[in-house]
Amino acid sequence: MSTFEPKIVAFCCEQSGLPAAEMAKTLKLKIPDNLELVPVPCSGRIETLYLLKALESGADGVVVFACYEENCRYLQGNVRLKGRVGYAKQIMAKIGLEQERLEIFHVATNSGVKFSEFLMQKADQLRLLGPNLGKIA
Amino acid sequence: MIKAEQKPFEEILEYLAPYNKILLSGCGACVTVCHAGGEKEGALLASALRMARQKTGKPLEILESTPARQCEPEFAQELSDTIGRVQAVLSVSCGVGVQTLARHFPATQIFPGVNTLFMGETVEHGVWEERCQACGDCILEKTAGICPIARCAKQLLNGPCGGSANGKCEIKRETDCAWQLIYDRSKSLGQLHRLTEIIPAKQWGVQSRDSGPRRIVREDLKV
Repeated sequence: MSTFEPKIVAFCCEQSGLPAAEMAKTLKLKIPDNLELVPVPCSGRIETLYLLKALESGADGVVVFACYEENCRYLQGNVRLKGRVGYAKQIMAKIGLEQERLEIFHVATNSGVKFSEFLMQKADQLRLLGPNLGKIA
Repeated sequence: MIKAEQKPFEEILEYLAPYNKILLSGCGACVTVCHAGGEKEGALLASALRMARQKTGKPLEILESTPARQCEPEFAQELSDTIGRVQAVLSVSCGVGVQTLARHFPATQIFPGVNTLFMGETVEHGVWEERCQACGDCILEKTAGICPIARCAKQLLNGPCGGSANGKCEIKRETDCAWQLIYDRSKSLGQLHRLTEIIPAKQWGVQSRDSGPRRIVREDLKV
């Protein structure tokens, strides 16, 4: 039986993803064991390099919990994120990394249940994909 | 400034295949502005190359450095110590920077990481357009500040061709006709009379690249 537990790095916007994570914790909802939360003041703060570095440094999957579009406190942050994630995926395609290893998920402050459900599904998906062969552990 | 874009990833991987430790050298000038080879793009490329090689079971160690201007000998020399510790260099500066490194480090293989494309202007975020072809004999004073050499597909010097339609070029329909732009701007500046002056054919073999690489010598600056 496989013991592979995928490592997930979750960048969380402090305006949405982080409160959702805190709600999931308060409600004692299930979250994957091997999860690293990275709070950011706005998802627009995330550079393409951060996403690749996370994969290079050991993540099997990277998720960005961002505000819904047109609901960014800083107006365009999550739109900029979308472009950067798209660019990162182009680079991943060149490397030969599966696109499922990187995803944006839009949440609101009260999305604790969605936060938990999405991460559990993502962990299942990554278990099926197997380890990220590009990571340098 | 000089505009460039990264070479195809597969091409870079192919010529780095024999090596296991390289320097990825960016440039803090033109290629930083056009997001082809500055510190940030260099770090992205280095990360991607490391992962791609890791996947194949043949890891690649990459040192990273970004001199302020790779095309200047003083800045290129800053790389001396680092180059001494690697087997090859991937330079993501323009072709000038690559050649500066090749001249100063004759014992080291220097590979280009970008294709140098043109001298151009940022027209909006993420969009760059060609504006100058360094013809060596600027005529912008006669053409309302719009260059027909760089911006007209046929490099016409005395008005548009018959293919100009609705202000667009017949070679590329999304491109503005340079001579339409020249006419419109001359008219708005009240300078239409300048367009009656015939611009003679350029002597390409004298001032341009056609007579080989050009050189500027300023005796007063020599040391």
